[in-house]
Amino acid sequence: MVDLEVKIGGLTLKNPVMTASGTFGYGTEYADFIDLARLGGIIVKGTTLHHREGNPYPRMAETPSGMLNAVGLQNKGVDYFIEHIYPEIKSLNTNVLVNVSGSCIEDYVTTAEKINALEKVPAIELNISCPNVKQGGMAFGTSAKGAAEVVAAVRKAYHKTLIVKLSPNVTDIAEIAKAVEAEGADSVSLINTLLGMAINAEKRRPVLSTVTGGLSGACVKPIALRMVWQVSRAVKIPVVGLGGIMNATDAIEFMLAGATAVQIGTANFIDPAVTVKVVEGIEEYLQRHGMTDVNQLIGALEI
Amino acid sequence: MKKILDTTIVAVEWLNTKNVLLTLTASQQMPDMLPGQFVEVRVDNEPDVFLRRPISIHFFDPQKNLLYLMVQVVGKGTKRMAALKVGDVLNLILPLGNTFSVPENPQRLLLVGGGVGVAPLLYLGAELKKKGHVVTFLLGARTAADLLRMEAFLAYGEVYVTTEDASMGEKGFVTQHSLLQQQNFDFIYTCGPTPMMQAVARYAKEKGIPCEASLENTMACGLGACLCCVTDTQHGHKCVCSDGPVFNINELKW
Repeated sequence: MVDLEVKIGGLTLKNPVMTASGTFGYGTEYADFIDLARLGGIIVKGTTLHHREGNPYPRMAETPSGMLNAVGLQNKGVDYFIEHIYPEIKSLNTNVLVNVSGSCIEDYVTTAEKINALEKVPAIELNISCPNVKQGGMAFGTSAKGAAEVVAAVRKAYHKTLIVKLSPNVTDIAEIAKAVEAEGADSVSLINTLLGMAINAEKRRPVLSTVTGGLSGACVKPIALRMVWQVSRAVKIPVVGLGGIMNATDAIEFMLAGATAVQIGTANFIDPAVTVKVVEGIEEYLQRHGMTDVNQLIGALEI
Repeated sequence: MKKILDTTIVAVEWLNTKNVLLTLTASQQMPDMLPGQFVEVRVDNEPDVFLRRPISIHFFDPQKNLLYLMVQVVGKGTKRMAALKVGDVLNLILPLGNTFSVPENPQRLLLVGGGVGVAPLLYLGAELKKKGHVVTFLLGARTAADLLRMEAFLAYGEVYVTTEDASMGEKGFVTQHSLLQQQNFDFIYTCGPTPMMQAVARYAKEKGIPCEASLENTMACGLGACLCCVTDTQHGHKCVCSDGPVFNINELKW
Protein backbone atom coordinates (compact mmCIF):
# COMPACT_ATOMS: atom_id res chain seq x y z
CA MET A 1 0.00 0.00 0.00
CA VAL A 2 1.12 3.51 -0.71
CA ASP A 3 0.29 6.58 1.33
CA LEU A 4 -1.43 9.22 -0.80
CA GLU A 5 -2.15 11.77 1.93
CA VAL A 6 -0.78 15.31 1.53
CA LYS A 7 -1.09 18.49 3.59
CA ILE A 8 -1.81 22.03 2.44
CA GLY A 9 -1.43 24.30 5.46
CA GLY A 10 -3.89 22.98 8.03
CA LEU A 11 -5.77 21.04 5.39
CA THR A 12 -5.28 17.29 4.98
CA LEU A 13 -6.12 15.75 1.60
CA LYS A 14 -6.63 11.97 1.38
CA ASN A 15 -4.88 12.20 -1.97
CA PRO A 16 -3.40 15.08 -3.99
CA VAL A 17 -6.19 15.22 -6.60
CA MET A 18 -8.69 18.06 -6.46
CA THR A 19 -11.03 19.53 -9.05
CA ALA A 20 -10.44 22.98 -10.50
CA SER A 21 -12.99 25.67 -9.82
CA GLY A 22 -15.46 26.33 -12.63
CA THR A 23 -15.01 22.93 -14.23
CA PHE A 24 -16.76 20.73 -11.71
CA GLY A 25 -19.83 22.75 -10.70
CA TYR A 26 -20.60 21.90 -7.09
CA GLY A 27 -19.48 18.29 -7.44
CA THR A 28 -22.96 16.83 -7.59
CA GLU A 29 -23.00 17.24 -11.40
CA TYR A 30 -20.40 14.45 -11.52
CA ALA A 31 -21.86 12.14 -8.89
CA ASP A 32 -23.30 9.75 -11.51
CA PHE A 33 -19.80 9.09 -12.87
CA ILE A 34 -17.51 8.87 -9.88
CA ASP A 35 -17.55 8.39 -6.12
CA LEU A 36 -16.81 11.98 -5.02
CA ALA A 37 -15.40 10.63 -1.76
CA ARG A 38 -12.40 9.32 -3.67
CA LEU A 39 -11.20 12.86 -4.41
CA GLY A 40 -8.72 14.80 -2.34
CA GLY A 41 -10.97 17.82 -2.62
CA ILE A 42 -13.56 19.61 -4.67
CA ILE A 43 -13.11 23.31 -5.36
CA VAL A 44 -16.53 24.66 -6.20
CA LYS A 45 -17.49 27.32 -8.69
CA GLY A 46 -16.16 30.85 -8.15
CA THR A 47 -18.33 32.58 -5.57
CA THR A 48 -18.80 36.32 -5.21
CA LEU A 49 -20.55 38.51 -2.65
CA HIS A 50 -23.41 39.32 -5.00
CA HIS A 51 -25.23 37.40 -7.71
CA ARG A 52 -23.49 37.62 -11.12
CA GLU A 53 -25.07 36.78 -14.47
CA GLY A 54 -21.69 36.42 -16.17
CA ASN A 55 -20.93 37.35 -19.75
CA PRO A 56 -23.26 36.96 -22.76
CA TYR A 57 -23.18 33.85 -24.97
CA PRO A 58 -20.97 32.80 -26.77
CA ARG A 59 -18.66 32.16 -23.86
CA MET A 60 -16.63 29.25 -25.17
CA ALA A 61 -14.37 28.57 -28.13
CA GLU A 62 -12.64 25.31 -28.88
CA THR A 63 -8.98 25.83 -29.80
CA PRO A 64 -6.17 23.41 -30.67
CA SER A 65 -5.80 21.04 -27.69
CA GLY A 66 -7.78 23.39 -25.51
CA MET A 67 -10.56 25.87 -25.11
CA LEU A 68 -11.22 29.49 -24.29
CA ASN A 69 -13.91 30.44 -21.82
CA ALA A 70 -15.40 33.76 -20.89
CA VAL A 71 -18.04 32.69 -18.38
CA GLY A 72 -17.34 35.71 -16.19
CA LEU A 73 -17.95 34.24 -12.73
CA GLN A 74 -21.64 33.50 -13.16
CA ASN A 75 -22.92 32.52 -9.72
CA LYS A 76 -25.83 33.27 -7.41
CA GLY A 77 -23.76 34.92 -4.70
CA VAL A 78 -22.37 33.72 -1.38
CA ASP A 79 -25.64 33.93 0.55
CA TYR A 80 -27.39 31.70 -1.97
CA PHE A 81 -24.44 29.30 -1.78
CA ILE A 82 -24.67 29.14 2.01
CA GLU A 83 -28.43 28.72 2.07
CA HIS A 84 -29.05 26.40 -0.88
CA ILE A 85 -25.87 24.68 -2.03
CA TYR A 86 -23.79 24.21 1.11
CA PRO A 87 -26.46 22.02 2.81
CA GLU A 88 -26.39 19.71 -0.23
CA ILE A 89 -22.63 19.27 -0.32
CA LYS A 90 -21.45 19.60 3.27
CA SER A 91 -21.87 15.89 3.93
CA LEU A 92 -19.73 14.81 0.98
CA ASN A 93 -16.90 12.70 2.29
CA THR A 94 -14.21 14.91 0.78
CA ASN A 95 -12.85 18.40 1.34
CA VAL A 96 -15.15 21.03 -0.14
CA LEU A 97 -13.27 24.23 -0.86
CA VAL A 98 -14.84 27.46 -2.07
CA ASN A 99 -13.23 29.60 -4.73
CA VAL A 100 -13.79 33.22 -3.66
CA SER A 101 -13.72 36.12 -6.10
CA GLY A 102 -14.61 39.78 -5.91
CA SER A 103 -14.51 43.12 -7.64
CA CYS A 104 -13.03 45.03 -4.68
CA ILE A 105 -11.15 44.16 -1.50
CA GLU A 106 -14.21 44.66 0.71
CA ASP A 107 -16.18 42.12 -1.34
CA TYR A 108 -13.41 39.53 -1.03
CA VAL A 109 -13.23 40.08 2.73
CA THR A 110 -16.99 39.92 3.33
CA THR A 111 -17.34 36.78 1.19
CA ALA A 112 -14.39 35.10 2.93
CA GLU A 113 -15.85 35.97 6.35
CA LYS A 114 -19.15 34.34 5.45
CA ILE A 115 -17.39 31.20 4.20
CA ASN A 116 -15.23 31.16 7.33
CA ALA A 117 -18.38 30.46 9.33
CA LEU A 118 -19.10 27.24 7.41
CA GLU A 119 -17.93 24.33 9.51
CA LYS A 120 -17.47 21.90 6.63
CA VAL A 121 -15.45 24.19 4.38
CA PRO A 122 -11.86 23.84 5.59
CA ALA A 123 -10.24 26.18 3.06
CA ILE A 124 -10.84 28.80 0.43
CA GLU A 125 -9.10 29.43 -2.83
CA LEU A 126 -8.81 33.16 -3.32
CA ASN A 127 -9.24 33.92 -7.00
CA ILE A 128 -7.16 36.98 -7.84
CA SER A 129 -6.67 35.79 -11.38
CA CYS A 130 -9.96 35.59 -13.31
CA PRO A 131 -9.32 37.10 -16.74
CA ASN A 132 -13.02 37.39 -17.60
CA VAL A 133 -14.29 40.17 -15.37
CA LYS A 134 -13.76 43.84 -15.92
CA GLN A 135 -13.24 44.82 -12.32
CA GLY A 136 -11.20 42.94 -9.75
CA GLY A 137 -10.19 39.40 -10.52
CA MET A 138 -6.99 39.48 -12.50
CA ALA A 139 -6.46 43.17 -11.71
CA PHE A 140 -5.40 42.11 -8.20
CA GLY A 141 -3.35 39.18 -9.37
CA THR A 142 -1.15 40.89 -11.91
CA SER A 143 0.88 43.05 -9.53
CA ALA A 144 2.69 42.00 -6.39
CA LYS A 145 1.30 45.05 -4.58
CA GLY A 146 -2.32 44.37 -5.61
CA ALA A 147 -2.02 40.70 -4.72
CA ALA A 148 -0.46 41.48 -1.33
CA GLU A 149 -3.19 43.99 -0.46
CA VAL A 150 -6.11 41.65 -1.08
CA VAL A 151 -4.40 38.70 0.62
CA ALA A 152 -3.50 40.79 3.69
CA ALA A 153 -7.10 41.97 4.05
CA VAL A 154 -8.59 38.49 3.61
CA ARG A 155 -6.02 36.90 5.91
CA LYS A 156 -7.30 39.08 8.80
CA ALA A 157 -10.87 37.88 8.20
CA TYR A 158 -10.29 34.27 7.23
CA HIS A 159 -8.84 31.89 9.79
CA LYS A 160 -8.66 28.54 7.99
CA THR A 161 -6.46 27.41 5.11
CA LEU A 162 -6.04 30.17 2.57
CA ILE A 163 -4.94 29.17 -0.92
CA VAL A 164 -4.32 32.00 -3.39
CA LYS A 165 -4.92 31.25 -7.08
CA LEU A 166 -2.36 32.99 -9.24
CA SER A 167 -2.58 34.40 -12.73
CA PRO A 168 -0.13 33.28 -15.41
CA ASN A 169 -0.68 36.57 -17.25
CA VAL A 170 2.32 38.18 -15.56
CA THR A 171 6.01 38.67 -16.25
CA ASP A 172 7.25 37.12 -13.00
CA ILE A 173 4.81 34.79 -11.27
CA ALA A 174 7.34 33.89 -8.55
CA GLU A 175 7.41 37.51 -7.41
CA ILE A 176 3.60 37.49 -6.94
CA ALA A 177 3.79 34.16 -5.12
CA LYS A 178 6.38 35.55 -2.70
CA ALA A 179 4.22 38.63 -2.10
CA VAL A 180 1.16 36.59 -1.10
CA GLU A 181 3.30 34.21 0.99
CA ALA A 182 4.59 37.24 2.92
CA GLU A 183 1.01 38.27 3.70
CA GLY A 184 0.15 34.92 5.23
CA ALA A 185 -1.21 32.80 2.41
CA ASP A 186 -1.00 29.10 3.34
CA SER A 187 -0.59 27.98 -0.24
CA VAL A 188 -0.69 29.14 -3.84
CA SER A 189 -2.47 27.41 -6.71
CA LEU A 190 -1.45 27.98 -10.28
CA ILE A 191 -2.14 28.53 -13.06
CA ASN A 192 -5.49 30.17 -13.74
CA THR A 193 -6.30 30.50 -17.44
CA LEU A 194 -4.10 32.34 -19.93
CA LEU A 195 -5.65 35.32 -21.64
CA GLY A 196 -6.33 34.36 -25.24
CA MET A 197 -8.52 35.06 -28.24
CA ALA A 198 -10.24 33.29 -31.13
CA ILE A 199 -11.47 34.73 -34.42
CA ASN A 200 -13.96 33.46 -36.96
CA ALA A 201 -12.26 34.50 -40.19
CA GLU A 202 -15.31 33.88 -42.41
CA LYS A 203 -17.45 36.18 -40.31
CA ARG A 204 -14.56 38.52 -39.44
CA ARG A 205 -15.84 38.39 -35.88
CA PRO A 206 -14.42 37.30 -32.54
CA VAL A 207 -15.77 33.93 -31.42
CA LEU A 208 -16.34 35.09 -27.83
CA SER A 209 -18.82 37.82 -26.91
CA THR A 210 -16.05 39.34 -24.80
CA VAL A 211 -13.44 39.10 -27.62
CA THR A 212 -10.83 37.67 -25.21
CA GLY A 213 -11.13 34.76 -22.79
CA GLY A 214 -9.18 32.33 -20.65
CA LEU A 215 -7.30 29.48 -22.30
CA SER A 216 -7.22 26.07 -20.65
CA GLY A 217 -6.69 22.45 -21.57
CA ALA A 218 -3.76 20.32 -22.67
CA CYS A 219 -2.20 23.18 -24.66
CA VAL A 220 -1.34 25.19 -21.51
CA LYS A 221 0.42 22.39 -19.65
CA PRO A 222 4.04 23.25 -20.55
CA ILE A 223 3.53 26.82 -19.36
CA ALA A 224 1.80 25.72 -16.17
CA LEU A 225 4.49 23.17 -15.45
CA ARG A 226 7.23 25.77 -15.89
CA MET A 227 5.45 28.20 -13.58
CA VAL A 228 4.86 25.57 -10.88
CA TRP A 229 8.55 24.76 -11.01
CA GLN A 230 9.56 28.42 -10.74
CA VAL A 231 7.13 29.17 -7.91
CA SER A 232 7.88 26.06 -5.89
CA ARG A 233 11.55 27.07 -5.82
CA ALA A 234 10.67 30.61 -4.75
CA VAL A 235 8.30 29.97 -1.83
CA LYS A 236 8.18 27.71 1.23
CA ILE A 237 4.39 27.26 1.27
CA PRO A 238 2.90 24.33 -0.63
CA VAL A 239 2.07 24.82 -4.28
CA VAL A 240 -1.07 23.40 -5.90
CA GLY A 241 -0.47 22.77 -9.59
CA LEU A 242 -3.03 22.95 -12.35
CA GLY A 243 -3.20 23.71 -16.03
CA GLY A 244 -3.81 21.13 -18.73
CA ILE A 245 -3.63 18.01 -16.57
CA MET A 246 -5.35 15.32 -18.66
CA ASN A 247 -4.12 12.14 -16.97
CA ALA A 248 -2.08 10.68 -14.11
CA THR A 249 1.25 11.19 -15.89
CA ASP A 250 0.53 14.90 -16.24
CA ALA A 251 -0.34 15.09 -12.53
CA ILE A 252 2.89 13.30 -11.59
CA GLU A 253 4.89 15.74 -13.71
CA PHE A 254 3.38 18.65 -11.74
CA MET A 255 4.30 16.99 -8.46
CA LEU A 256 7.84 16.32 -9.66
CA ALA A 257 8.05 20.00 -10.58
CA GLY A 258 7.18 20.88 -7.00
CA ALA A 259 3.41 20.72 -6.57
CA THR A 260 2.08 19.20 -3.34
CA ALA A 261 -1.35 18.69 -4.86
CA VAL A 262 -2.98 19.12 -8.26
CA GLN A 263 -6.29 20.20 -9.70
CA ILE A 264 -8.02 18.68 -12.71
CA GLY A 265 -10.09 21.13 -14.75
CA THR A 266 -10.86 21.03 -18.43
CA ALA A 267 -10.17 17.26 -18.63
CA ASN A 268 -13.43 16.71 -16.70
CA PHE A 269 -15.33 17.89 -19.78
CA ILE A 270 -13.84 15.15 -21.92
CA ASP A 271 -13.90 12.37 -19.35
CA PRO A 272 -16.14 13.04 -16.33
CA ALA A 273 -14.43 10.13 -14.55
CA VAL A 274 -10.86 11.33 -15.17
CA THR A 275 -10.21 12.45 -11.59
CA VAL A 276 -10.50 8.98 -10.11
CA LYS A 277 -8.35 7.59 -12.93
CA VAL A 278 -5.66 10.13 -11.98
CA VAL A 279 -5.79 9.00 -8.33
CA GLU A 280 -5.43 5.36 -9.43
CA GLY A 281 -2.67 6.25 -11.88
CA ILE A 282 -0.62 8.04 -9.24
CA GLU A 283 -0.96 5.05 -6.94
CA GLU A 284 0.12 2.69 -9.71
CA TYR A 285 3.13 4.91 -10.53
CA LEU A 286 4.27 4.97 -6.93
CA GLN A 287 4.06 1.18 -6.66
CA ARG A 288 5.86 0.71 -9.95
CA HIS A 289 8.68 2.98 -8.75
CA GLY A 290 8.91 1.35 -5.33
CA MET A 291 7.72 4.46 -3.52
CA THR A 292 5.54 4.25 -0.43
CA ASP A 293 4.45 7.85 0.03
CA VAL A 294 3.21 10.36 -2.51
CA ASN A 295 5.12 13.08 -0.68
CA GLN A 296 8.29 11.49 -2.09
CA LEU A 297 7.22 12.80 -5.49
CA ILE A 298 7.00 16.46 -4.51
CA GLY A 299 9.84 18.36 -6.13
CA ALA A 300 11.67 15.12 -6.91
CA LEU A 301 12.68 16.33 -10.34
CA GLU A 302 16.31 15.42 -11.02
CA ILE A 303 18.19 18.05 -12.96
CA MET B 1 -28.69 8.01 -14.22
CA LYS B 2 -26.09 9.37 -16.61
CA LYS B 3 -23.47 6.98 -17.92
CA ILE B 4 -20.20 7.05 -19.79
CA LEU B 5 -20.65 4.25 -22.30
CA ASP B 6 -18.69 2.69 -25.14
CA THR B 7 -21.07 2.02 -28.01
CA THR B 8 -20.50 0.19 -31.28
CA ILE B 9 -21.64 1.41 -34.68
CA VAL B 10 -23.94 -1.16 -36.30
CA ALA B 11 -25.09 0.91 -39.30
CA VAL B 12 -24.03 4.04 -41.16
CA GLU B 13 -26.53 5.45 -43.62
CA TRP B 14 -25.87 8.58 -45.64
CA LEU B 15 -29.15 10.49 -45.93
CA ASN B 16 -27.76 13.00 -48.41
CA THR B 17 -24.38 14.59 -49.10
CA LYS B 18 -24.02 16.14 -45.64
CA ASN B 19 -26.20 14.17 -43.23
CA VAL B 20 -25.55 10.71 -41.89
CA LEU B 21 -27.63 8.41 -39.71
CA LEU B 22 -25.62 6.39 -37.18
CA THR B 23 -27.10 3.35 -35.45
CA LEU B 24 -25.34 2.32 -32.26
CA THR B 25 -25.59 -0.48 -29.75
CA ALA B 26 -23.78 -1.39 -26.55
CA SER B 27 -22.79 -4.60 -24.80
CA GLN B 28 -24.81 -3.51 -21.76
CA GLN B 29 -28.37 -2.17 -21.78
CA MET B 30 -28.36 1.57 -22.46
CA PRO B 31 -30.07 3.72 -19.83
CA ASP B 32 -33.61 4.98 -20.47
CA MET B 33 -33.70 8.08 -22.64
CA LEU B 34 -36.39 10.69 -23.14
CA PRO B 35 -37.27 12.67 -26.26
CA GLY B 36 -35.30 15.91 -26.37
CA GLN B 37 -32.32 14.52 -24.52
CA PHE B 38 -28.89 14.35 -26.11
CA VAL B 39 -25.56 12.56 -25.90
CA GLU B 40 -22.02 13.95 -25.69
CA VAL B 41 -19.85 12.18 -28.25
CA ARG B 42 -16.12 11.75 -27.71
CA VAL B 43 -14.19 12.54 -30.89
CA ASP B 44 -10.95 13.96 -29.48
CA ASN B 45 -8.30 12.03 -31.35
CA GLU B 46 -6.70 15.08 -32.92
CA PRO B 47 -5.54 18.39 -31.41
CA ASP B 48 -8.12 20.52 -33.18
CA VAL B 49 -11.01 18.40 -31.95
CA PHE B 50 -10.67 18.67 -28.20
CA LEU B 51 -14.17 18.63 -26.73
CA ARG B 52 -17.09 16.23 -26.98
CA ARG B 53 -19.88 17.02 -29.43
CA PRO B 54 -23.51 17.24 -28.28
CA ILE B 55 -25.85 15.30 -30.61
CA SER B 56 -29.58 14.96 -30.03
CA ILE B 57 -31.22 11.57 -29.70
CA HIS B 58 -32.99 10.85 -32.98
CA PHE B 59 -34.52 7.59 -31.86
CA PHE B 60 -34.06 5.01 -29.13
CA ASP B 61 -35.28 1.42 -29.21
CA PRO B 62 -34.75 -0.03 -25.72
CA GLN B 63 -35.91 -3.54 -26.74
CA LYS B 64 -33.24 -3.81 -29.42
CA ASN B 65 -30.85 -1.60 -27.41
CA LEU B 66 -30.33 0.62 -30.46
CA LEU B 67 -29.65 4.33 -30.42
CA TYR B 68 -30.00 6.46 -33.56
CA LEU B 69 -28.06 9.69 -34.06
CA MET B 70 -28.54 12.02 -37.01
CA VAL B 71 -25.34 13.94 -37.68
CA GLN B 72 -24.92 16.89 -39.99
CA VAL B 73 -21.35 17.49 -41.11
CA VAL B 74 -20.61 21.09 -40.14
CA GLY B 75 -17.09 20.98 -38.71
CA LYS B 76 -14.18 18.75 -37.85
CA GLY B 77 -15.93 16.90 -35.03
CA THR B 78 -19.01 15.99 -37.03
CA LYS B 79 -16.81 15.14 -40.02
CA ARG B 80 -15.02 12.61 -37.81
CA MET B 81 -18.35 11.12 -36.73
CA ALA B 82 -19.52 10.87 -40.31
CA ALA B 83 -16.37 8.92 -41.21
CA LEU B 84 -17.15 6.16 -38.69
CA LYS B 85 -17.57 2.64 -39.99
CA VAL B 86 -19.61 -0.32 -38.83
CA GLY B 87 -17.79 -1.89 -35.88
CA ASP B 88 -16.13 1.33 -34.74
CA VAL B 89 -16.45 2.21 -31.06
CA LEU B 90 -17.86 5.55 -30.03
CA ASN B 91 -17.70 6.76 -26.41
CA LEU B 92 -20.83 8.59 -25.28
CA ILE B 93 -22.10 10.30 -22.16
CA LEU B 94 -25.84 9.78 -21.96
CA PRO B 95 -28.58 10.68 -21.50
CA LEU B 96 -28.21 14.42 -20.97
CA GLY B 97 -30.62 17.33 -20.70
CA ASN B 98 -34.33 17.64 -20.01
CA THR B 99 -37.30 16.55 -22.10
CA PHE B 100 -40.43 17.95 -23.74
CA SER B 101 -43.68 18.37 -21.82
CA VAL B 102 -46.32 15.79 -22.61
CA PRO B 103 -49.98 16.86 -22.27
CA GLU B 104 -52.02 14.56 -20.04
CA ASN B 105 -55.14 14.15 -22.20
CA PRO B 106 -55.04 13.20 -25.89
CA GLN B 107 -54.46 16.33 -27.94
CA ARG B 108 -53.55 17.51 -31.42
CA LEU B 109 -49.85 18.21 -31.38
CA LEU B 110 -47.72 19.91 -34.01
CA LEU B 111 -44.01 19.12 -34.32
CA VAL B 112 -42.15 21.66 -36.47
CA GLY B 113 -38.60 20.92 -37.59
CA GLY B 114 -36.12 22.49 -39.97
CA GLY B 115 -32.93 21.07 -41.44
CA VAL B 116 -31.13 18.65 -39.12
CA GLY B 117 -33.35 20.10 -36.36
CA VAL B 118 -35.89 17.44 -37.29
CA ALA B 119 -33.63 14.93 -35.50
CA PRO B 120 -35.21 14.92 -32.00
CA LEU B 121 -38.78 15.11 -33.37
CA LEU B 122 -38.90 11.47 -34.49
CA TYR B 123 -38.45 10.02 -31.01
CA LEU B 124 -40.74 12.72 -29.63
CA GLY B 125 -43.45 11.92 -32.21
CA ALA B 126 -43.18 8.21 -31.48
CA GLU B 127 -43.52 8.67 -27.72
CA LEU B 128 -46.40 11.15 -28.11
CA LYS B 129 -48.30 8.80 -30.42
CA LYS B 130 -47.76 5.95 -27.95
CA LYS B 131 -49.48 8.10 -25.30
CA GLY B 132 -52.53 8.55 -27.54
CA HIS B 133 -51.88 11.98 -29.02
CA VAL B 134 -52.54 12.94 -32.62
CA VAL B 135 -49.17 13.89 -34.04
CA THR B 136 -48.63 16.13 -37.07
CA PHE B 137 -45.17 16.90 -38.43
CA LEU B 138 -44.35 20.06 -40.33
CA LEU B 139 -40.86 19.75 -41.77
CA GLY B 140 -38.91 22.41 -43.62
CA ALA B 141 -35.85 22.13 -45.81
CA ARG B 142 -34.05 24.11 -48.50
CA THR B 143 -34.71 21.48 -51.17
CA ALA B 144 -36.27 18.03 -51.40
CA ALA B 145 -32.78 16.53 -51.12
CA ASP B 146 -32.30 18.28 -47.75
CA LEU B 147 -35.43 16.76 -46.27
CA LEU B 148 -34.34 14.08 -43.84
CA ARG B 149 -36.06 10.72 -43.26
CA MET B 150 -39.59 11.74 -44.23
CA GLU B 151 -40.64 8.08 -44.45
CA ALA B 152 -39.67 7.50 -40.82
CA PHE B 153 -41.86 10.39 -39.64
CA LEU B 154 -44.86 9.04 -41.60
CA ALA B 155 -45.01 6.09 -39.18
CA TYR B 156 -46.16 8.37 -36.36
CA GLY B 157 -48.39 11.01 -37.98
CA GLU B 158 -49.21 13.12 -40.98
CA VAL B 159 -46.23 14.89 -42.52
CA TYR B 160 -46.42 18.31 -44.17
CA VAL B 161 -43.44 19.77 -45.96
CA THR B 162 -42.13 23.12 -47.14
CA THR B 163 -39.06 23.61 -49.29
CA GLU B 164 -37.54 26.94 -50.21
CA ASP B 165 -37.29 25.96 -53.89
CA ALA B 166 -40.70 24.23 -54.11
CA SER B 167 -39.03 20.92 -55.01
CA MET B 168 -41.31 19.21 -52.48
CA GLY B 169 -44.43 20.27 -50.57
CA GLU B 170 -45.31 23.92 -50.38
CA LYS B 171 -42.81 26.60 -51.34
CA GLY B 172 -41.42 28.81 -48.58
CA PHE B 173 -40.76 28.53 -44.86
CA VAL B 174 -42.57 26.27 -42.40
CA THR B 175 -44.49 29.20 -40.91
CA GLN B 176 -45.95 29.96 -44.35
CA HIS B 177 -47.51 26.50 -44.77
CA SER B 178 -51.27 26.53 -45.38
CA LEU B 179 -51.67 23.84 -42.71
CA LEU B 180 -51.29 26.54 -40.08
CA GLN B 181 -54.34 28.38 -41.45
CA GLN B 182 -56.45 25.22 -41.83
CA GLN B 183 -55.94 23.29 -38.61
CA ASN B 184 -55.81 24.08 -34.92
CA PHE B 185 -53.29 22.56 -32.56
CA ASP B 186 -53.13 22.33 -28.77
CA PHE B 187 -49.34 22.31 -28.36
CA ILE B 188 -46.38 23.02 -30.64
CA TYR B 189 -42.85 21.61 -30.39
CA THR B 190 -40.07 22.99 -32.53
CA CYS B 191 -36.42 22.35 -33.29
CA GLY B 192 -34.28 23.83 -36.05
CA PRO B 193 -32.44 27.00 -36.99
CA THR B 194 -33.04 29.81 -34.48
CA PRO B 195 -34.83 32.15 -36.94
CA MET B 196 -37.22 29.33 -37.82
CA MET B 197 -37.93 28.53 -34.18
CA GLN B 198 -38.45 32.22 -33.43
CA ALA B 199 -40.97 32.45 -36.29
CA VAL B 200 -42.77 29.36 -34.95
CA ALA B 201 -42.73 30.91 -31.48
CA ARG B 202 -44.32 34.11 -32.85
CA TYR B 203 -47.06 32.06 -34.52
CA ALA B 204 -47.68 30.12 -31.30
CA LYS B 205 -47.86 33.30 -29.22
CA GLU B 206 -50.29 34.93 -31.67
CA LYS B 207 -52.55 31.89 -31.55
CA GLY B 208 -52.11 31.43 -27.81
CA ILE B 209 -50.78 27.89 -28.27
CA PRO B 210 -48.25 26.59 -25.74
CA CYS B 211 -44.91 25.97 -27.40
CA GLU B 212 -41.54 24.45 -26.54
CA ALA B 213 -38.31 24.85 -28.47
CA SER B 214 -35.17 22.72 -28.36
CA LEU B 215 -32.03 24.85 -28.48
CA GLU B 216 -28.54 24.05 -29.65
CA ASN B 217 -25.63 26.04 -28.21
CA THR B 218 -21.97 25.16 -28.28
CA MET B 219 -21.12 23.23 -25.12
CA ALA B 220 -18.16 22.00 -23.18
CA CYS B 221 -19.23 19.72 -20.31
CA GLY B 222 -22.87 18.95 -21.17
CA LEU B 223 -23.50 18.50 -17.43
CA GLY B 224 -24.31 22.00 -16.19
CA ALA B 225 -20.88 22.42 -14.64
CA CYS B 226 -18.96 24.79 -16.91
CA LEU B 227 -21.75 27.30 -17.68
CA CYS B 228 -20.51 27.82 -21.25
CA CYS B 229 -23.72 27.03 -23.18
CA VAL B 230 -26.07 29.50 -21.50
CA THR B 231 -29.08 31.14 -23.10
CA ASP B 232 -30.65 34.32 -21.80
CA THR B 233 -34.04 33.67 -20.18
CA GLN B 234 -36.62 35.57 -18.15
CA HIS B 235 -34.85 34.10 -15.13
CA GLY B 236 -31.29 34.99 -16.18
CA HIS B 237 -28.70 32.82 -17.87
CA LYS B 238 -29.63 29.16 -17.97
CA CYS B 239 -27.60 26.21 -19.23
CA VAL B 240 -28.90 24.76 -22.48
CA CYS B 241 -27.29 21.43 -21.53
CA SER B 242 -28.86 20.91 -18.11
CA ASP B 243 -31.76 23.38 -17.77
CA GLY B 244 -32.61 22.65 -21.43
CA PRO B 245 -32.19 21.91 -24.26
CA VAL B 246 -36.00 22.19 -24.23
CA PHE B 247 -37.41 25.54 -23.10
CA ASN B 248 -40.92 26.95 -23.05
CA ILE B 249 -40.87 29.86 -25.49
CA ASN B 250 -42.27 32.18 -22.82
CA GLU B 251 -39.12 31.65 -20.81
CA LEU B 252 -36.84 32.69 -23.66
CA LYS B 253 -36.16 36.32 -24.51
CA TRP B 254 -37.41 35.91 -28.08
